[in-house]
Amino acid sequence: MNDADKKRLLREMMFFRRFEDRTFEAYMERKVGGFLHLYSGQEAVATGVLEMANVGKGQENDYVITGYRDHIHAIKTGAQPREVMAELYGKETGSSKGRGGSMHIFDASQNFMGGYALVGQPFPLAAGLAMAAKHKGSDQIAICFLGDGANNQGTFHETMNMASVWELPVLFVCENNLYAIGTHIDRSTAVRDQYKRVCSYDMKASQHDGMDIDTVMEAAKEAVDYVRNEQKPYFIEFMTYRYRGHSMSDAKGYRTKDEEEVWMKRDPIRLYSERLIEAGLVTDDEIKSMEKEILDEIENDVVKFAEESPEPKVEDLNKYVLDDNPDPRWIGPLQK
Amino acid sequence: MAETAYWEAIRRAHDEEMANDSMVIAMGEDIGVVGGTYKATSGLYDKYGPQRIIDTPISENSYTGIGIGASMAGMRPVIEIMSINFALLALDTLINAAAKIRYMSGGQLQCPIVMRTPGGTAHQLAAQHSARLARMFMSTSGLRVVTPRSPMDAYGMLKSAIRSNDPVIIIEHEQMYNLKEDIPDEEFFRPLEGAEIVREGTDITLIGYNFSVHLCLEAAKRLEADGISAEVVDLRVLKPIDRETIRTSVEKTHRVVVAEEDEAPVGVGSEIITGIIEDCFFALDSQPVRIHAADVPVPYNAKLEKAAIPSADDVYHGALKALGKI
Ligand SMILES: Cc1ncc(C[n+]2csc(CCOP(=O)(O)OP(=O)(O)O)c2C)c(N)n1
Ligand SMILES: [Mg+2]
Repeated sequence: MNDADKKRLLREMMFFRRFEDRTFEAYMERKVGGFLHLYSGQEAVATGVLEMANVGKGQENDYVITGYRDHIHAIKTGAQPREVMAELYGKETGSSKGRGGSMHIFDASQNFMGGYALVGQPFPLAAGLAMAAKHKGSDQIAICFLGDGANNQGTFHETMNMASVWELPVLFVCENNLYAIGTHIDRSTAVRDQYKRVCSYDMKASQHDGMDIDTVMEAAKEAVDYVRNEQKPYFIEFMTYRYRGHSMSDAKGYRTKDEEEVWMKRDPIRLYSERLIEAGLVTDDEIKSMEKEILDEIENDVVKFAEESPEPKVEDLNKYVLDDNPDPRWIGPLQK
Repeated sequence: MAETAYWEAIRRAHDEEMANDSMVIAMGEDIGVVGGTYKATSGLYDKYGPQRIIDTPISENSYTGIGIGASMAGMRPVIEIMSINFALLALDTLINAAAKIRYMSGGQLQCPIVMRTPGGTAHQLAAQHSARLARMFMSTSGLRVVTPRSPMDAYGMLKSAIRSNDPVIIIEHEQMYNLKEDIPDEEFFRPLEGAEIVREGTDITLIGYNFSVHLCLEAAKRLEADGISAEVVDLRVLKPIDRETIRTSVEKTHRVVVAEEDEAPVGVGSEIITGIIEDCFFALDSQPVRIHAADVPVPYNAKLEKAAIPSADDVYHGALKALGKI
């Protein structure tokens, strides 16, 4: 990775942090509704893993799928930040035309196959995407990001088993942030190390630090290459931490300030910026001007676009339920 | 024309569609090496191989989800669920995912899956193998639900379902797999929308779907012997319902019986009769009659089972009631 790429990565993570902070502000202004789950603290995982995958190339992208904490995964895969923001605003220009909202960002043009609210549901969907890629003989893989809590669903076990038996090219990325809403992993789950849970499925698995993007990228490269070249599944776990509450109504009464501070000391943006400063790749001043640029871009491009975009038309309520232009040969009506 | 059993019709549809399009696959428990519990995929494993006729582990929710994921990336999976009772395990991926993905994505993605499953009562299979859940699927936005009564429809609707871009549930029936009928040798398709008048009549309309159409036809014969001309409507499709055909028939006969094999509360009959009341209330000369199963889990004992499930005799008596003869 060259110096320009390293700077770009730092800027991306800073952008993602500010993007999420800004959605929080918009939520407080009641411009964004529903449930809103922010990714702050975990940026190194999606940024690092997807940096090692095929993203940003449209239909050639690997397939990416995740849960409801999905804004950043969508953007890193190739979705336009302004369209993601417009989706949160419920606008017709949003990535899902205002029909999905925060938890259901989709961008089929970039093979971002969605954010899903049902915990654990993306496991089999990801395996199916991988099955299709393999069936078509393409070298695309599927990448599924989910939390630690999702591993307690039956779909986790069912899908690990089938992905292994059928040798599907799918990378399962477990973002272990130690909590499922307010329930600490030790209170819900027999083992804290999630990668150990797949050993009964004869699948490669490993665990890594998810706060250091260099570590993430190194581990992810190996995993992505393995899945692509061997055409087999891989389960990779990153230890990470979310800074904000689970969603907006969460007062975080289930964890201590001390615990938060321990993790924040290893903030992924801070770790990486310090490393780049030490290596002489950026200066404090450059970082400050990057921050300014990002603020400006988010305000004057991303948010402005969302604010000024039109809402969907009520006349279009019934669009997209079924195929809107079905072939009468299959659909009918029946000739009398 | 060749005499074809219902299961053979389904097999033929799979075979032709798989030959026509390499993106069509089938998946389910024991559908490959064994050829399917009701032989609906027999012989196809040898022809198309394990990559396209996929024997799955007993993981209904996730193999349905895998089919859905594959469909989002362009494949056309036909997912067999051994019995509709087991489809309850797949409701999350089916209803929360397949039925909603087109909408949630603002029309960017589609899930062209077909889920096939027998959904009636057989003989003495008891409560956990006798569910009839048509009413549950027909209340879900984003699905198509069809109920072929004959080899013609079993073949032609499966072919259409595979080509349709929507998720389609095909509810078959344990007692119909051996039902035989002559069907054309040339390829044909039967549409996924539209009810059908399967017997014309003037005095009363008997409405059924899937197996209960046969109960209606049998009842119509008995009524004929009594000098009563019954029209029989096969709904064919539970979602979307063809209200126009129902209205036209009721406006002609002025009396109606709806027969379903399922339990009554919140059933197919409730929906059909509500539609009739909304569409042509003043055409009715008598109260509509619902024929349905008793509101109990299906019992094992043969006598009790018989009492729980509607018969042609029940439809016949329902018609007499609607005609004011009893
Ligand atoms: C099937 C299902 N059950 C429960 C919920 C409610 N719920 C939403 S998120 C969540 C916790 C998930 O935790 P985890 O998988 O660790 O992801 P994280 O939020 O930590 O990223 C729960 C219980 C849900 N959305 N879906
Ligand atoms: Mg978690």
